[in-house]
Amino acid sequence: MFDKRITIFAGHYGSGKTNLAVNCAVALRGSFPNKRVILADMDIVNPYFKSADEATYLAGKNIDVIAPVFANTNLDAPALPGELFSIFHDQSSLAVIDLGGDDRGAYALGRFAELLINHAIYDMLLVVNYYRPLTRTPQSVCGIKTEIEVAAGVTFTGVVNNSNIGVATTAQDVLNSMEYIKRVTEQCDLPLVFTSIKKDLEHFLPELNTFGINVTETGEKYGIV
Amino acid sequence: MEKVLMKGNEAIAEAAINARCLHFFGYPITPQTEIAAYMSRRLPKLGGVYLQAESEIASINMVLGAAAAGARIMTSSSSPGISLMSEGISYIAGCDLPCVIVNIQRGGPGLGGIQPSQADYFQATRSSGHGDFHSIVLAPNSVQEMADLTGVAFDLADKYRMPAMILGDGILGQMMEPVTLDGIGEPVTYDKPWATTGTRGAREHNIINSLILKPEGLEQSNFKRFERYAIIKREEQLHEEYLTDDADIIIAAYGAASRVSKNAIKMVRERGIKAGLIRPITLWPFPAEAFAKFADRVKGFISVEMSMGQLIDDVKLSTGQKRPVTLCARTGGMVHTPEEIAKKIMAADKGEWQ
Repeated sequence: MFDKRITIFAGHYGSGKTNLAVNCAVALRGSFPNKRVILADMDIVNPYFKSADEATYLAGKNIDVIAPVFANTNLDAPALPGELFSIFHDQSSLAVIDLGGDDRGAYALGRFAELLINHAIYDMLLVVNYYRPLTRTPQSVCGIKTEIEVAAGVTFTGVVNNSNIGVATTAQDVLNSMEYIKRVTEQCDLPLVFTSIKKDLEHFLPELNTFGINVTETGEKYGIV
Repeated sequence: MEKVLMKGNEAIAEAAINARCLHFFGYPITPQTEIAAYMSRRLPKLGGVYLQAESEIASINMVLGAAAAGARIMTSSSSPGISLMSEGISYIAGCDLPCVIVNIQRGGPGLGGIQPSQADYFQATRSSGHGDFHSIVLAPNSVQEMADLTGVAFDLADKYRMPAMILGDGILGQMMEPVTLDGIGEPVTYDKPWATTGTRGAREHNIINSLILKPEGLEQSNFKRFERYAIIKREEQLHEEYLTDDADIIIAAYGAASRVSKNAIKMVRERGIKAGLIRPITLWPFPAEAFAKFADRVKGFISVEMSMGQLIDDVKLSTGQKRPVTLCARTGGMVHTPEEIAKKIMAADKGEWQ
């Protein structure tokens, strides 16, 4: 499922990139116990919910988190750390990159586009959630896809179906998104790499190529459930 | 009713569009920027106007102009930006114009920080500008309510010809929850015979103005406005009660703090402590009657707020200080844990009300 050295998650804001990136890094840790696994939080657009929030959990799993310089502070300054270059210098590492949402979030990747294209083997996955109000049609997804590719200077290699409405999601909600995802992949001319789904729902959908994930509600960070 | 997954900020924006608000003037500031971003994507496609002004001062005066022309209009900001708007909000109130203003609060004072806060309670309920006036203040505590109360805000603003504010915070603005927008229904619309829509030579000019040259006239216009405020106080109080029927201790909390408080109440109830919650949904008019009716039957009240004792004043005023009222405060972008609220309730249950 994650068979490239670098996996990049990009897409519309609120599509679930951060949660997927954290789950992906943990999955890589499990599959490659002897490799350095890096989770690079490159979201410098949204200072509220970020991979960096999970730094303690990830450190406990021996995953290196590279976060924006002012992550989790009161300073809303979009600065990336030089440490990000270690993703490219350390060719034996495995890296997961969590980009910010939309084209505005994708600009941060532009600095590394040349390194990615010429010196790395990567997947850039377009994260799509049918239940997000601004990406309910394949046309709107394709529009955002193009905007992100222009901003990042990197093109997508596949689509991830992350259709959900939070912890209340049912297997039927996921099934209801499949027709839409089929049209998204056709219009964007990209393969569907997997459908991500809460681990406890996975057994309901054996016919799908699923990636079982742990889901964190955004409110949980603040004691709201 | 199909659900979608939305951020609180997006829910406000989409609900405003549902309420036929097709014009938006604003200026970006964390943690409310998604409202403007959403409007910038949607409004041009609907034939409306999205304009990023050069400042919050310009935004609020554009709001005044659009409201005077009879448009349903909204702006949004976060704490420091609302301070900048305060002169314009007072002018809007003085002109008896309806509009919706969203404040997704962050830590203060000053530039403060970008994390959630409720420290603009006094500003919203007491003095969102100079002079004798009020804004209707609505305090959602979920993403669904961010949507629902936005519709209510437009309705009340038009009904009473005054500013209505959605007072949220960074948590509510940023968190995502399932929402349905189907239940909101068709917006209530109002005739606006006072709007400056052009006379076409067929009627007298409508004049929108907050300058009244004679003090006698200014006093009369204030009296008239306060007659309207009296009706609003009587008819528009909204609140929610949670486990109050048998409660010995009542928590007062609104917005995100009320969600954390509910978790704390569940925790102490497992230990046999009868705590409940009164959640003001309108902060102005304050649901004073809801609190007053408990003043004779509970041990006391705890004001759980992300501010240094602002909501607590309204709890004291509405309960006549018949019972102790104590404060459980976090501030500066910090948020209560359910555990620390539970500790405060357990202490109060033992008679410790400091």
